[in-house]
Amino acid sequence: MPIDKIFKDDASEEKGERARMASFIGAMAVADLVKSTLGPKGMDKILQSTGRGHSVTVTNDGATILKSLHIDNPAAKVLVDISKVQDDEVGDGTTSVVVLAGELLREAEKLVTSKIHPMTIIAGYRMAAECAREALLKRVIDNKENAEKFRSDLMKIAMTTLCSKILSQDKEHFAEMAVDAVFRLKGSTNLEAIQIIKKPGGSLRDSFLDEGFILDKKIGIGQPKRIENAKILVANTAMDTDKVKIYGARVRVDSMTKVAEIEGAEKEKMKDKVKKILGHGINCFVNRQLIYNFPEELFADAGVLAIEHADFEGIERLGLVTGGEIASTFDNPESVKLGHCKLIEEIMIGEDKLIHFSGVAMGQACSIVLRGASHHVLDEAERSLHDALCVLSQTVNDSRVLLGGGWPEMVMAKEVDELARKTAGKKSHAIEAFSRALVAIPTTIADNAGLDSAELVAQLRAEHHNEGCNAGIDVISGAVGDMEERGIYEAFKVKQAVLLSATEAAEMILRVDEIITCAPRRREDRM
Amino acid sequence: MALAFDEFGRPFIILREQDQKTRLRGIDAQKANIAAGKAVARILRSSLGPKGMDKMLQGPDGDVTITNDGATILEQMDKTRLRGIDAQKANIAAGKAVARILRSSLGPKGMDKMLQGPDGDVTITNDGATILEQMDVDNQIAKLMVELSRSQDYEIGDGTTGVVVMAGALLEQAERQLDRGIHPIRVAEGYEMASRVAVEHLERISQKFEFDVNNYEPLVQTCMTTLSSKIVNRCKRSLAEIAVKAVLAVADLERRDVNLDLIKVEGKVGGNLEDTELIYGILVDKDMSHPQMPKQIEDAHIAILTCPFEPPKPKTKHKVDIDTVEKFETLRKQEQQYFDEMVQKCKDVGATLVICQWGFDDEANHLLMHRNLPAVRWVGGVELELIAIATGGRIVPRFQELTPEKLGKAGMVREKSFGTTKERMLYIEHCANSKAVTIFIRGGNKMMIEETKRSIHDALCVARNLIRNKSIVYGGGAAEIACSLAVDAAADKYPGVEQYAIRAFAEALDSVPMALAENSGLQPIETLSAVKSQQLKENIPFYGIDCNDVGTNDMREQNVFETLIGKQQQILLATQVVKMILKIDDVISNSEY
Repeated sequence: MPIDKIFKDDASEEKGERARMASFIGAMAVADLVKSTLGPKGMDKILQSTGRGHSVTVTNDGATILKSLHIDNPAAKVLVDISKVQDDEVGDGTTSVVVLAGELLREAEKLVTSKIHPMTIIAGYRMAAECAREALLKRVIDNKENAEKFRSDLMKIAMTTLCSKILSQDKEHFAEMAVDAVFRLKGSTNLEAIQIIKKPGGSLRDSFLDEGFILDKKIGIGQPKRIENAKILVANTAMDTDKVKIYGARVRVDSMTKVAEIEGAEKEKMKDKVKKILGHGINCFVNRQLIYNFPEELFADAGVLAIEHADFEGIERLGLVTGGEIASTFDNPESVKLGHCKLIEEIMIGEDKLIHFSGVAMGQACSIVLRGASHHVLDEAERSLHDALCVLSQTVNDSRVLLGGGWPEMVMAKEVDELARKTAGKKSHAIEAFSRALVAIPTTIADNAGLDSAELVAQLRAEHHNEGCNAGIDVISGAVGDMEERGIYEAFKVKQAVLLSATEAAEMILRVDEIITCAPRRREDRM
Repeated sequence: MALAFDEFGRPFIILREQDQKTRLRGIDAQKANIAAGKAVARILRSSLGPKGMDKMLQGPDGDVTITNDGATILEQMDKTRLRGIDAQKANIAAGKAVARILRSSLGPKGMDKMLQGPDGDVTITNDGATILEQMDVDNQIAKLMVELSRSQDYEIGDGTTGVVVMAGALLEQAERQLDRGIHPIRVAEGYEMASRVAVEHLERISQKFEFDVNNYEPLVQTCMTTLSSKIVNRCKRSLAEIAVKAVLAVADLERRDVNLDLIKVEGKVGGNLEDTELIYGILVDKDMSHPQMPKQIEDAHIAILTCPFEPPKPKTKHKVDIDTVEKFETLRKQEQQYFDEMVQKCKDVGATLVICQWGFDDEANHLLMHRNLPAVRWVGGVELELIAIATGGRIVPRFQELTPEKLGKAGMVREKSFGTTKERMLYIEHCANSKAVTIFIRGGNKMMIEETKRSIHDALCVARNLIRNKSIVYGGGAAEIACSLAVDAAADKYPGVEQYAIRAFAEALDSVPMALAENSGLQPIETLSAVKSQQLKENIPFYGIDCNDVGTNDMREQNVFETLIGKQQQILLATQVVKMILKIDDVISNSEY
């Protein structure tokens, strides 16, 4: 008696070895895909969207690449997910985490083919990951107390992060900018407060950090172009026609004169509102919503600068920098906190006019203006800078740092290797495999730079045999060098997240012994 | 017209020539009619009487009916049919196939399944109920098995894999009995007797567990047994402690009841599994409505509202006509006054935090901010209820009904941000009535969080069951082996064919420890027989399978416990479903849809 189908028609089921192979292959394919972007000499990818316009993105950022892929393999989806989480949590290391997870699975595959049970491999990986973390913890450098040194640490981290991106030419310039921006946040991790404005034209080197705040808006016609000692009211209110919000209200009249009267009343109402706003004693009014011509004219008459349609983040940031509160009612002028700044002026960047607020009261936010040859360059520059900012803001909170350039991987690999030697039983194979997977990262970095990876990694391993060695791969000169001297640093938090989530993902995929794919949901509209 | 399937199993329809219409006349017509009538009667014949068999019907939408009632059968009947022993064999095969999928997930060394849903979403899990639910099965019997595991999940919460494996083993044994020529009804009856023996025996070997609020170690140990089969077993100790503390916090020890609705399980991607924490309060995935409101409130008096900070919207249809300037003006004034009053009302009763189910108007938002009254908007109904329970407040549907007594109280409300994105959550802690708690899970990726949520749910259920009933049995297959021995011994006392079925039941019980041993990489038959003889020799029901390679078979030493009701329920449910499947002798499925 043949077994009836248990599943629906289009569903499929893969068991045992085949399931494991399918997930290994899927995960490794994804890892190999992003592998070539790893390291300072990693290559970029062009992504073309299938949507309208076939817009093109050029990027080096692992999370961005993986996010745009359409993947069907469930195991590959797990890797995409960890890269996304890495991006959200620490911002950098999105490629490393996928590559490490891929390498762990590649090693696991070899072990599985030599008849070691996945559960044994998982047990080994767990021990190894714990040991690797300990090894890193032992070697961290923490310069929190020493402000000057801490700043230089941050500079180095920023430079290390940026050197694999498009900004590597001007990495010092950008690192300086990123560190400055993050220091202004004073420990908060809310990167929303840092505004990045992209303006095509000029070169990347022309990008700058502005202490004040730049709003990408134009000043209304006939209004002052420059205000000193500005008092700013930040508002979120309707400045078109103030709608009656009571439900069901409507205007019903029986003659033209009545219409005119009501129109007049409406105008009067707006005038009142403007008067009330002016009653705050301000000379600058920024609104989130539209400002119609009529109130704008009233503001111009009063010599007040009115800026309309500033988006929500803009408003929030402006509130942050100027110390004003976001107001929606204007009946109690005495209790509304106004924002202050020394100077508001219109500035030109490239061809566009922007409004510049300088000398602000509370410097928690700032703007970074990026210049560059094309939109693609600017987009990529923004992503790179974002990575750097993320890492820095996380490092400000957790100030432990490590050396970079494959140094942490070698340190971990060495400790893990030693653990493997001490461990009895089949687990030791898995622990050894873990150390091999770790070494694969410096190997990839060297390979991507077109260096002789076998030679370099062997040298590195020999160097690391000595206690307290600082050797890593210096991709620029193509040799093994002292990472501390060359100032290549990485944040501990990033490395730890890479290690733990890669192990977690590998463990998850290893535990699977069956894949069941449901029948895809039928979409009627496709017919 | 005929329905056929191509090589991929997809149905397509063949239209035949319609011209050859036949006609039957005279005696031929009568004979044909009589034959049809007889055929129908024959279908129902086997359903007659107290020992009549059931029919299984699959409707046009795949819904399954199992019945013995003639009218229902005939009404739904058409299309393909499987009869008699064929039907039984096919059903058993399907049931076994489902059990086989789950078999490798059993026990601490069980493997996970990766499931890809119809929309391409990926779930990785070890939980039997979840696997079956997401598998989206089409077979009628497979659906019964899914139901089985679901009812175990609802009733007990744990052991969802075990129950299916058990049912599969029972079916396998039943097949053998059928081959011997034993009538399925006799097998079913034998199983019924055996299950009664097993459940009674479990009661006998169970042990009472003494614990109280201060000494909850035994509870933690039991929860750890549950968690050890999941991917979270890396930090099972801490998770088990969290689960037990959570259950104890909301438990009503007097009434021996736990309302698990009071435990909220929230997950946020990021961080480590080790960062998972128990919050004696509520966690709301929302932030303050105005960015400049204070982020931390001590000693908060919370107004919990279900009315929006917006002008009222009466339910009855109405129109406010504006036809004069005066009306326009008054309406405007009224509107302003309305906002003002709403905010003032909250302020007057002494609220320092407003939690609202609906949105705020911009103006109201600013007024709130202006009066230094932090507010949270768009809070879901369930969360609102939990907040009300935790803070001892009342949910207020109208501003007019706001009074100081109705405010909830919390020692600390704070906003916390995560990671590099703008994600914030609101912690409401040190509540007046700490009867509602939140378990906040962190983890490397989405699938991990989901799986952790399921595991925590299992652990919570176990802890709850222990509070309801303090009895435990020993895990690691020890209870099954003990039952198997008892059932085997009891078999000889029954005269008649049922004896064989009872013995078969005993064998089926062995399959759970066997699967455990298999998944742990041990020799299944060797290990099982060794443990069995050990139990028999020393007459101690604590010996089980040493899944973790600790070196002892004594489950007392390994601290592997399961709840008594969980185990009993497993055996009862599995027996019930198997009996049902055995009673079916006809599968009528409507395949044309």
